[in-house]
Amino acid sequence: MKALHNLLEQKVKPHFEEGGKYHKLWPVFDGFETFLFVPGHTAESGAHIRDGIDLKRTMNTVIMALVPCLLFGMWNVGYHHYIALGVDATFMEQFIFGAIKVLPMVVVSYGVGLGLEFLFCVIKGHQIEEGYLVSGMLIPLIMPVDIPLWMVALSVAFAVVIGKEVFGGTGMNIFNPALLARAFAFFAYPTYMSGDKVWINTSVQEGQAVVDGFSGATALGDLATTGTTQYSALDAFLGIIPGSIGETSTLLVLMGAGLLIFTGIGSWRIMLSAIIGGAVMGLIFNIFAQFAISPEQQAFMAVPFWQQMLYGGFAFGVVFMATDPVSGSQTEKGKYYYGFFIGLFAIMIRVFNPAYPEGIMLAILFMNTMAPLIDHYVIQANIKKRQKRLALKTAGA
Amino acid sequence: MSDVIKIKRGVDINLVGEAEEVFAPALPIETAAVKPTDFHGVRFKLAVKEGDEVKAGTPLLFDKDKEQVKFCSPVSGEVAQVVRGAKRRILEVRVLADKETSYEDFGSADPIELEREAIIEKMAASGCWPFFKERPYNIIADPAKTPKAIFISGFDSAPLAPNLGLILEGNEKAFQAGIDAISKLTSGQVHLGLNATKQVGRTLAQVKGVKITKYDGPHPAGLVGVHIAQLDPINKGETVWTINPEHVVIIGRLFLEGKFDARINIALTGSEVQDRKYHSTILGAALKPFLNGNVSGGLNRIISGNVLTGTKVTEEGYLGCYDRQVTVLREGTDPELFGWLIPKPDKFSISRALPSFFMRQAEKVTGQKVSYNLDTNTHGEKRAFVVSGQYEEVFPFDIFPVQLLKAMMTGDVELMENLGIYEVVEEDFALCEVVCTSKIPVQETVRKGLDLMKEEMG
Repeated sequence: MKALHNLLEQKVKPHFEEGGKYHKLWPVFDGFETFLFVPGHTAESGAHIRDGIDLKRTMNTVIMALVPCLLFGMWNVGYHHYIALGVDATFMEQFIFGAIKVLPMVVVSYGVGLGLEFLFCVIKGHQIEEGYLVSGMLIPLIMPVDIPLWMVALSVAFAVVIGKEVFGGTGMNIFNPALLARAFAFFAYPTYMSGDKVWINTSVQEGQAVVDGFSGATALGDLATTGTTQYSALDAFLGIIPGSIGETSTLLVLMGAGLLIFTGIGSWRIMLSAIIGGAVMGLIFNIFAQFAISPEQQAFMAVPFWQQMLYGGFAFGVVFMATDPVSGSQTEKGKYYYGFFIGLFAIMIRVFNPAYPEGIMLAILFMNTMAPLIDHYVIQANIKKRQKRLALKTAGA
Repeated sequence: MSDVIKIKRGVDINLVGEAEEVFAPALPIETAAVKPTDFHGVRFKLAVKEGDEVKAGTPLLFDKDKEQVKFCSPVSGEVAQVVRGAKRRILEVRVLADKETSYEDFGSADPIELEREAIIEKMAASGCWPFFKERPYNIIADPAKTPKAIFISGFDSAPLAPNLGLILEGNEKAFQAGIDAISKLTSGQVHLGLNATKQVGRTLAQVKGVKITKYDGPHPAGLVGVHIAQLDPINKGETVWTINPEHVVIIGRLFLEGKFDARINIALTGSEVQDRKYHSTILGAALKPFLNGNVSGGLNRIISGNVLTGTKVTEEGYLGCYDRQVTVLREGTDPELFGWLIPKPDKFSISRALPSFFMRQAEKVTGQKVSYNLDTNTHGEKRAFVVSGQYEEVFPFDIFPVQLLKAMMTGDVELMENLGIYEVVEEDFALCEVVCTSKIPVQETVRKGLDLMKEEMG
């Protein structure tokens, strides 16, 4: 370890330092070096001891929470592929097929995203920050499996450049970058992001065809158009349904939520209140289903409120997207309101929006814009309390 | 019967290196110094030059803007050196101490019979005035003002903090005399905060003429700022003074004996100190005699004060005016392979993402205290604010700490005022700085914010 560090310090570092051949690429070297070694920086001002946590570990914990969803997503892609083709396949075959489809998306996401981040850091002469580590994993997990890789790349580029770097980089963005990537893909290439062609890979080998009666629609798509679905609530809970790669299994999302809540890195306040918000909207729909304008919508509105949370990306969005501390509400009280309205709007949009059955993306992006307003009012309450105290004092005197 | 206030938010950081509760044999005082860097925002003027003979209580420096406020020598002897820094700023005035201390005579007096002005004049002339800190802004108190209250914290909850009962032992009479004098300075109460769960020692237990409130909970329960926030928060236009109990004793001696007798007791703490005990010494004493041969080898950090708010000094350094302990830690200059990834149990963290959480749980179950041997490594690099809700866990004020810090960073004076900047000083934010994931220099930011506020508001 010491030898490796000495090698880096003595042989490599000088090239990147002031006056070195590659000085312009200093942020790249620094990024790699600090990835390998936590630097021996000591506290120079203020407190002399510091907490053992840093942003790298924080981000890493979120990635850990996402891993079960990623692995399950790979298997699920293969599973649905072979069912569509009517071909028997072993668990490993299903998993490997899925991995071959999904891993390139992960590679493209990290490659393009980190590449752009490095580029910006080199141009600005900043240190590389860790923000993209989580976004890079989230983006492939919320894409349909059939999306071309170049679209993933473009979406990532949009998210990194327009979603983050123009605001100043990690910690400065106002929208969740991963969701921006999805929103970009959705509005730019709608035929690749919705409908019933994209969720299951039906690329056929020679002499094969998809089985008769195959429908590639997601459970949520079914519900939105017909009011019913062939997938049971248990299927949806376990995640054996078509959908974006990582979002189908509520069970595994809950496992991730467990890790995030336990470590304190994801806000339980946001998650809890989003579930309450979703349940409230679901219940309202249950009550008013009889007034629906069409039988399909009536059936959709009548879906038991708790089942609404099993379909689509609701759980995934609530646990991994809504809890983004940068784009979400930052005051503890504000987090309750922020989460509640995310849940509420997610279910409302999904039921009422005829163009798009998934509401969580728009709900979170909308609440991203509202988060500063929520915080503003929470903070104003504190300010008013202080002003009232002063007024009382002055009156008393 | 005094009230008990429970402080919930905060954290006790148990470090290796607590001082044994016994006094070490007295060491001779060779040199002592007054360090202008201890006193923020004062424009100093020298009252002596190198080679001058001084007594204990002879002014070495004074405040250019408030000439009656003197900074006096704690020992008698010869002015050995005036150490200057950039732009000829005075860093230290060192005095070579006589074997026997001779004192300036300020005349003894019963503070109960003195007028407020006479008390102020006596304290200012004898070098006791800088002991009073003023909030807002955390500066030396302005003798022209009358504070609405004076707060004294009778316990220290910082990591490795000394036992104030021991620090103040045997000073009952002087402490009471000091309190009698201080009581004349405020239009309101003198508040004394005590630890609800530990013995406080005779000096504090027997005092009269103060309002005692007890506090229970983790650090920062012992910070005077927390006491102010609980009992009488500072509104715009109000002034509160604070003073350390050991300084009250020195003031008491001034009135009882008529001299500036700056003897205090300190604790030698920290993992790298070999013989950790309490010592009798003097304000501004040179640290070398205490540390010589008493610290382990390797690269160390010597801190005058505690690990949260103390000042980094060299082995040739001097005890700070407001410090009651000296701490020595290892410098954390070694890079750590995959340090951000590998879960090591010897790192302290309030986050449950590190294994120290499990150690804290084990501590609760077994009742055995786990102590951390921490160094000065920051465990990561500076980043923008990303994680939210973290400061709030250790910040027991009705204030939004992150929002206030951001207002300070952007220099938004009105917002700073609205968010409660008058109520806080740097030390109140020290734990926020410790737990910060983004390694933001919090206390430095607060100081800059306070300076800007003072400049703008006058």
